[in-house]
Amino acid sequence: MSAVTAEHGHDDHHDDHAHGPEKGWLRWIITTNHKDIGTLYLLFALAMFFVGGTMAMIIRAELFEPGMQFVDPKFFNSMTTMHALVMVFGAVMPAFVGLANWMIPMMIGAPDMALPRMNNMSFWMLVAGVLLLASTLFMEGGAPAGGWTLYPPLVLQTGKALPFAIFSVHLLGISSIMGAINIIATILNMRAPAMTLMKMPLFVWTWLITGFLLIAIMPVFAGAVTMLLTDKFFHTSFFDAAGGGDPVLYQHIFWFFGHPEVYVMILPTFGVASTIIPVFARKPLFGYSSMVYATASIAFLSFIVWAHHMFTVGLPISGELYFMYATMLIAIPTGVKVFNWTATMWKGAMTFETPMLFSIAFVVLFTLGGFTGLMMSIAPVDFQYHDTYFIVAHFHYTLVPASVFILMAAGYFWLPKWTGHMYNEKIGQLHFWLSAISVNILFFPQHFLGLAGMPRRIPDYAIQFADWNMISSIGGFIFGASQLLFLWIVIDTIKGGTGEKVSDEVWEDAHKHGLEWTLPSPVPYHTFSTPPTVIPCDHN
Amino acid sequence: MSTSNTTYYIPHRATWPVLATAGLLTTLVGFANYLNGSSIGSTLMIAGLAILVVMLAGWFTLQATESETGMYNHGVGVSYRMGMMWFIFSEIMFFAVFFGTLWYTRNLSVPWLGGAGSNAATHEFLWSGFTATWPTNGPGNVGGHFEPMGAFGLPLLNTLLLLTSGVTCTWAHHGLIAKNRKQLIQGLSATVGLGFLFVLCQAIEYHEAYTEMGLTLGSGIYGSTFFMLTGFHGFHVCVGAIILSVVLFRSAKGHFTPENHFAFEAAAWYWHFVDVVWLGLFIFVYLM
Repeated sequence: MSAVTAEHGHDDHHDDHAHGPEKGWLRWIITTNHKDIGTLYLLFALAMFFVGGTMAMIIRAELFEPGMQFVDPKFFNSMTTMHALVMVFGAVMPAFVGLANWMIPMMIGAPDMALPRMNNMSFWMLVAGVLLLASTLFMEGGAPAGGWTLYPPLVLQTGKALPFAIFSVHLLGISSIMGAINIIATILNMRAPAMTLMKMPLFVWTWLITGFLLIAIMPVFAGAVTMLLTDKFFHTSFFDAAGGGDPVLYQHIFWFFGHPEVYVMILPTFGVASTIIPVFARKPLFGYSSMVYATASIAFLSFIVWAHHMFTVGLPISGELYFMYATMLIAIPTGVKVFNWTATMWKGAMTFETPMLFSIAFVVLFTLGGFTGLMMSIAPVDFQYHDTYFIVAHFHYTLVPASVFILMAAGYFWLPKWTGHMYNEKIGQLHFWLSAISVNILFFPQHFLGLAGMPRRIPDYAIQFADWNMISSIGGFIFGASQLLFLWIVIDTIKGGTGEKVSDEVWEDAHKHGLEWTLPSPVPYHTFSTPPTVIPCDHN
Repeated sequence: MSTSNTTYYIPHRATWPVLATAGLLTTLVGFANYLNGSSIGSTLMIAGLAILVVMLAGWFTLQATESETGMYNHGVGVSYRMGMMWFIFSEIMFFAVFFGTLWYTRNLSVPWLGGAGSNAATHEFLWSGFTATWPTNGPGNVGGHFEPMGAFGLPLLNTLLLLTSGVTCTWAHHGLIAKNRKQLIQGLSATVGLGFLFVLCQAIEYHEAYTEMGLTLGSGIYGSTFFMLTGFHGFHVCVGAIILSVVLFRSAKGHFTPENHFAFEAAAWYWHFVDVVWLGLFIFVYLM
C-alpha cells in the first residue's frame, strides 16, 4: 500500500533537451514523440466524434417523426453505415490508441514507445484511411449504405465507392496492426526494471490484451473485404452460391473479426475505469489479479462466440446451442469486473469530481448494456430481438455511456496532467449531468421500440412507433448539444483553464496509484530518459 | 523480458512514414479508380508505387546505416524482433482467413448446396441436379469446364524448391554466426535464386491453368480459393525473395556481425513462415 515517489528531477534538465519539439507545424507531421502522437490521435478522434455525431443527428432528425422529412432513404442508410464506421474506426479506437500513446510509456517508466517511427506511421495511415472513407460520401452512387458490417450481396451493389471503402478498411487495418504491435513491444520490452507484469496499471494490462486482439483480427477483416473486392471485380465466387460459395461465409468471417473488435473498444474502457475509480474512492482496486484474469478470459471468449450475431441466418441447431452457451459465459468475467469496481468504491472515502461521475455512470449503464446482451445471447429469444432497435439500444449502451463516457472521464482525469491546467469543474459537472440524463432519454426508449418490432436501419416507420422515436430524438439532440461543452472544456483547459496551478499529483494521493502522477504537471516533452527505480504499487 | 532503457535509441525526426502513407494512399486511390474504369487510375497507381519504392529504399538505408553505426542497443533489437514476430502473426491470421474459407466451402457450404444437413428441399427446388463434389465450380457451372490442378507436377517441384531454400537459408545463418562470409553469401544467393525459381515455376503453372486447363480465378469456388491462396502466397514469396536480396546485398557490403544481424533474422523468419504456408497449401489445396 505504501508508495514511494520516483525521482524525477533528471527529467527537467537533461541533455536530451537538445531534441525538444520541432518548431512550427512541421512538428506535428514528423514527430516521433509519444506525447505528440498521443495528442494527434486524441484530437483526431475528437474531431471524428463530432463528424460521426453529426451523422447521428441527421439520423435522429429523420426519425423524429414518421414519414420522410429531410433525406432520401439511400442517404439515410449511408448515414447509419458511415456513422458506425466513423465512430468505431475514427473516434473510439483512435481515442484509446491516443490514450495508450500518452499514458503507457509514462505508466511503465519508459522513455517513449518502442518503435517511434512506426508510431508516426500508424497515425498517418489512420488519417489516410478515414480520408478515403469520407471521400465515398461524395461519389457517384453514394457512400456504402449496406450497414457497417458490409454484408454481401447487398454491399456489392455499392457504386463507385466500393473499392474506396474496401481500401479504407485495409489502411485502417494496417494502422491498427502497427499501433498494436508498437503497444505490445512497448509493454513487453520497455518497462522500468522494477515494473513487473503484475505491478502494471490495469490500463496497461488491458491494452496488452487489446493489442493482441487487434493483431489477430484486423487481418481477418482485411481478408474478408479483399474477397468482397475480388467477388465484385475479379469474378471470384466466395460469397455466391451459384459458384459454390456462400454469403453466410462472409458473416462468419466478419463476426470472427467483429466480436473481438467490440472488445477492442471495451477492454481499454475497463482499464481506464479501473485506473480512475481507485483514485477517487481512495482505496486500492479491490481485486487486481482477478481483473487481469477477467480481462484475459473475456479476450479469449471473444474469439469463440461470433455466431451469436447470426442466430437467425439459418445455423445448424447444434451451432445455435453452442454459441448461446459460450456467449453466456462472458457474463462471468464481466461480472467479476463490475463487482470489483463496486467493491472498490465500498466504504471508500469517495469524492465526486467529473472523472469519477463519468466512471460511476459507466459502471451502472454498462451493466445495463451487459444485461441486454445476456438477453440476446438466448438464441430462441434473439429471433425476436434480431435486427430491431433492441440491438441498437444494447450496443449503444455498451458504447456510449461506456466507452465514450470513459473517454470523457479519461479526458477530465488526465487533461490537468497533460496541460498543467485545471479544467472548469462546474462546466464539467454540467456536461456530465446533461450527458448522463440525455443518453438515457436517447437510448432507453429504443429498447421499447425494438421489443415492439421496429427494425433497425430504416428511415421511416409505422405510426405506432412515433412517440418513443420523438422522445429518443429529443434525447439525442440534447446529448449531441451537450458534447459541445466538452469541446469547450478541452479548448479552455489547453488555453489555461481555471488558472489554478495544478500539483504534480493533481488528484489527492494520486501518486500512490501510478507513475504518471510522480512527474511534473505539465509533463515535460521527454520523461523517464532513465528508468525510475521505485514504482508505486497500491495493489498486492 | 524487461530491458534497461537507459540508452534506448529514440529517433527524432521521421519523414519516411509520412511518405509511406502518401505512397500507399496514392497507390490505393489509383487502384480504386482503375477498378472503377477511370483513366487516371493506372497513372496514379504507378506514381504511388514509385513513391513506395523510393520510400522503402530510403527508409531501409537509414535503418541499415543506423544499425551499422551502432545506434541500436540490445533493447532496440528486442523491440525489432518483437515487431517482426507480431507482424508474422498478423500474416498468419491473414492466411488463416483463406484456409478457413477453403475448409468452410469444402466441408459445409458445398455439401449444403448438394442437400446435406437440413437442406434437402433447398437442393431440390434451387439446385436440383447438382452433386456436391470437390473440386467444383458450383451449381451454376461458373466459369465453364475446368481441370483441377494436380499435385505431382510443378507443385511438387515447387515444394522441393522451397524446402531446399529453407535449408540454404539456415546454412547461410550458420555461416554468418561462424564469421564465414563466403558461406553466408553463397547460402543467401542460393536461397534468393530458389525463391525466384519458385515464382517462375508458379508463373508457368498459372499460364498452363489459364491457357490449357480452363482453370481461372473465375472458375467458381475452386478457382477462387485456388488462385487466392496460391496467389497471395506467391506474392509473399516475391516479397520474401526481395527482402533476402537486400540482405544479400548488405552481406556483400560487409554488414552484419554474429551478434548484430536483426535484418537477416527477420528475413529468415519471414522466409520460413512463407515456407510453412506453402506446406499447408500443398497439403490442403493440391493433395487433398
